[in-house]
Amino acid sequence: MQLEQPRPDETPGEHIHIVSPKVYGTIFVALLFLTAATCGISYVDLGVFNAVVAMAIACTKMTLVVLFFMHIKYSNKLTKLTVASGIFLFLSLIGMIMSDYISRAWGRW
Amino acid sequence: MSTATIVSLPDQSTARVPKMNFLTRENGLLSWLLTGDHKRIATLYLISITFFFFIGGALAGLIRLELLTPQSDLLAMDTYNKVFTMHGIIMIFFFLVPSVPATLGNFLIPMMVGAKDLALPKINLLSWYLYMIAGVMAIYTMIAGGVDTGWTFTTPLSTHYLNTHVISTGLAIFVAGFSSIFTGLNFIVTIHKMRCPGMTWFRLPLFVWSNYAASILMVLGTPVLAITLVLIVLERTVGIGVFDPAKGGDPLLFQHLFWFYSHPAVYIMILPGMGVISEVVSTFSRKRVFGYTAVAFSSVAIAVFGFFVWAHHMFIMGISNYAALVFSLLTMLVAVPSAIKIFNWAFTLYKGSITFETPMLYAFGFMGLFTIGGMTGVFLGATGTDIHLTETYFIVAHFHFVMVGGMLMAFLSGIHFWWPKWTGRMYPEKISQFAAVTTFIGFNLTFFPQFILGMLGMPRRYASYPPEFQVLNVFSTAGATVLGVGYLLPILYLTWSLKYGAVAGDNPWQATGLEWMTQSPPLTENFPQIPVMDHEAYDYEWLERQQQQEVASV
Repeated sequence: MQLEQPRPDETPGEHIHIVSPKVYGTIFVALLFLTAATCGISYVDLGVFNAVVAMAIACTKMTLVVLFFMHIKYSNKLTKLTVASGIFLFLSLIGMIMSDYISRAWGRW
Repeated sequence: MSTATIVSLPDQSTARVPKMNFLTRENGLLSWLLTGDHKRIATLYLISITFFFFIGGALAGLIRLELLTPQSDLLAMDTYNKVFTMHGIIMIFFFLVPSVPATLGNFLIPMMVGAKDLALPKINLLSWYLYMIAGVMAIYTMIAGGVDTGWTFTTPLSTHYLNTHVISTGLAIFVAGFSSIFTGLNFIVTIHKMRCPGMTWFRLPLFVWSNYAASILMVLGTPVLAITLVLIVLERTVGIGVFDPAKGGDPLLFQHLFWFYSHPAVYIMILPGMGVISEVVSTFSRKRVFGYTAVAFSSVAIAVFGFFVWAHHMFIMGISNYAALVFSLLTMLVAVPSAIKIFNWAFTLYKGSITFETPMLYAFGFMGLFTIGGMTGVFLGATGTDIHLTETYFIVAHFHFVMVGGMLMAFLSGIHFWWPKWTGRMYPEKISQFAAVTTFIGFNLTFFPQFILGMLGMPRRYASYPPEFQVLNVFSTAGATVLGVGYLLPILYLTWSLKYGAVAGDNPWQATGLEWMTQSPPLTENFPQIPVMDHEAYDYEWLERQQQQEVASV
C-alpha cells in the first residue's frame, strides 16, 4: 500500500545547503595546521598555560568541525538549539564539578 | 470493587482478528530479523527484555534466598557480590532503560502522532541489534566468571582492586548505551517531523510528551556514561591515570561523571512509565488529564532538573560541604514536577467515572508506590538524614519503590492496556486483576521491611548480617516469592491469550488516542490513510459524537 507522507528531510521551508569543496578544503587545511600547532607547542614549556593553550586549540578545532563539517552553520534554528543544549549541558557538568573541587578545602562550618 | 466496565468488544460469534496485519504481513525468520517496521522491532524488543528480566529476576531470587539466614551459606561472599552486581546491571541497562521506550514507545509513538513508521527505521533496527550484542556480552561476562564492582563501577575498586571482568561489562554497557541513544534520537526526530495534519504539540498524548523528555535525556546523557566507561577501560588496560591519585587523577571524578548520566537515567526509566499512567488514568476515569499542559511541561522540567542533582549520590563520599548544600537544594526542586504529576492524576480521578480494569489497578499501584518511593527520596536528598541512611537497606527500598513499584507497575499497566492493540486479543480479565493485586501485596511485603532494616542500620551489599535483622529479612524473602508469582502469571496468561483471548476489535477501552482509531493488530503502515487530528487529546465527547454518527449512518 502506497501512502503519501512527507519524508523527514523534505519538510517544506527547509533547503539543503551545498557546501563547496573549497570551503571543505580550507577547513581541512586549518585543522591540519592546528594539529601541527598542538604538536609544536607541546615542545614549549608554558607553565600553567600548557593545558590552557592545548584546550584552546582543541576547542577551536571542534568548533570548525561542528560548524562546517557537521553543517551547523547552515542548519535551522532547531538544530542549532540542539547543539547549544549539548554545549550548555557540558558546561554545567564541568562548572558544577569545579564547584565541588574549588570549595572542598574550605572546611566545615 | 465495582464490576462496572467500559470494555466493549465486538460480537464474539462473528468477530475475527483481521487477516492482514503487521504480524501476518510477511512470514519467516528473515522477515523479522531484517524488518524496518517499528511494531515488529517493538515485538523483538519485548521478547528480548522479557528474557533479560527473567535472568535479572532469577538473580534477585538468589539474593533474597541468601539473605533468608544471617550467615553467608547459600552463596560464597564473592559470589554474592557478583550476583547483586549482575542483578543491577541487567535490570537497569537491559530491562528498565529500554522497557517502556523500546517496546511500548516503539510500538505506539508513530501511531500516536499519526505516522506510518519512525523517522529512521533502519537505525531503529540497528538499535535492537546493538542491544542484543550488548546483552550477549553481558551474558558472556556472567559465564566467564562475572564482575563484582556493583553496578556503579566505583573507582578505585573497579580500576585497582578487582580482578573480575570489568572490561567486558563496561564495553557491554557502552554498546547498550548506543542502542538507547538511537532509540531516543529516533523518537525526537519522529515527534518533531512526522506528526500528522492537525497534530499540534498540545494535542499530543502525554505518553508522547514523556517519551520525548526521556529521549532528550538519552541523547544528552548517555554519551557521558559511554565516555566514562571507556575511561575505566583505559585506566585498567593502559593506566591513563584520570581516576588514579598517584598519577594526578581523582577517584571522585569518576563518580561525578558516572552519576551525571546515572541520575538522569533514573528519569529515563521512570518518565515513559509516567506517560503510560497518564493514558491509563484518563481512559479509565473517562476524563481529560487534569492540567494537561502542566503534566506535559512537568515531564520536560523533570528532564531538565534531573541533570543538576547528581551529587546527591555522593554526599558521604568526601565532596565539598558547600557543593552538597547546593545539590541538596536542587534535589528538592525535582520533587516539584513529580508531585505535579501525582496531584494531577489524583484530580483526573476526581469525579471521573472510574472503572477497575487491570491496567488501572497497576496504575493505582504505581501512584501509591511511586509516591512512597519519591517521598523517601526527599529523606535521602536532605544531607543530614542521608548520612544515616545512605548505603543501608533504606536506599535499596527507596529505589526499588521507584523502579519496581513505579516503573515495573507502569510497564505492566501499559502492556495490559495496549495488549489488545498489539495482538488483537484481550487478556483474561479476572486472573490478570488477581496478578496485579498479588504483585502489589508481594511488592510491599518484599520492600517495606527493607525501609525498617535500613533505619535500623543494616548495610546493603553484604551476604551476612547480625541475627537480630533476620525476622524482617524473612518477611522480605517471603514477599519476593509472592512477587515472583505476580510476575510469572502475566507471562502465562498473556501467552495463552495469543490464541484463546477474546477478539478485541479496534477500540476495546473506548479510548481517544489515534492508535485506537486503526485496526488491531494494526496494518504494517498503521493507518489505511494518513489520519487528520481534528480534536483535542483525551476528548471523550468527541469520541461519543463519532460513535453516535456511526450508529446513525449504519
